[in-house]
Amino acid sequence: MAKVIVYPPTSMILSDLVERMGHKALVVPQAVRNLVTANEIDSPPLNVTPEEPKKGLRYAAVDVPSGVRGRMALIGPIIEEAEAAIIVEDPGWLTGCAGCSRTNELVRLLIRTKGVPVLDLSYPTNDPEAIVFVQKIKAFLGGLK
Amino acid sequence: MLVTKYVITSSESNILPSDIAMKIYGSKYEVTVKETCFGVVINGEEDVINALIKEIRALDPAGIFIKDRGFPPGDPRRCRGRRGGGARPGFYMIESESKMLPMISRALASVGEVPAIPEKKKPLAIKRLEEIIKNGLS
Repeated sequence: MAKVIVYPPTSMILSDLVERMGHKALVVPQAVRNLVTANEIDSPPLNVTPEEPKKGLRYAAVDVPSGVRGRMALIGPIIEEAEAAIIVEDPGWLTGCAGCSRTNELVRLLIRTKGVPVLDLSYPTNDPEAIVFVQKIKAFLGGLK
Repeated sequence: MLVTKYVITSSESNILPSDIAMKIYGSKYEVTVKETCFGVVINGEEDVINALIKEIRALDPAGIFIKDRGFPPGDPRRCRGRRGGGARPGFYMIESESKMLPMISRALASVGEVPAIPEKKKPLAIKRLEEIIKNGLS
């Protein structure tokens, strides 16, 4: 079972397909869960403390907007854990924690420079493309240990 | 550790969110269930949820999708009843991907050859453009 990071990091389709094939999908909600359901909430309501942007400093410089560093505090550790990646380029409708374009550029860069196997795809727009989309993911995940 | 998952049904699936909720109510598992318009939210111990997910998937293997959620169901920090209305941020992502689920379901259910898709037109390579310019100007 390999740990596979998916981009967009909140994608339902990608995380479901990864889990279906018996691998572990690394997604942002898991990182959010660790933060918001911790036994001790140091900084209510979301438990985002000044430590979070500091964690983000490992991935982005201090003059980078705090929103990027805050997001990287969640996504950065996931990238470090990843053993493979599936990237869907330009979905066009990213929102919430995946809605920052600069963070997304950095996330894609860090994944690519990490040196893990990466599958690049586009979201399907019709049935034949959907079949190819699923088959490519199946073949990629089948090749992972 | 308590985990929360979304169980989302494809719009073409014969399984309704209420069917999944009833299946969970009738099961032996101690989990919290919240029915929504697009599926259900379940919360419980990780091993219990994983076992339950296998049973839920068996209802419609190609038409049911599972997604992780950070906040527990009904959490006042996310529940719109407590926030004064409006969809929570993660809903838009689910809404957008839900439109694609029927296609993905059909692709998962399909067996047979993978269709050949013609390559999308790519922009002209810079080297080729340079060649054209040189040939045109010489």
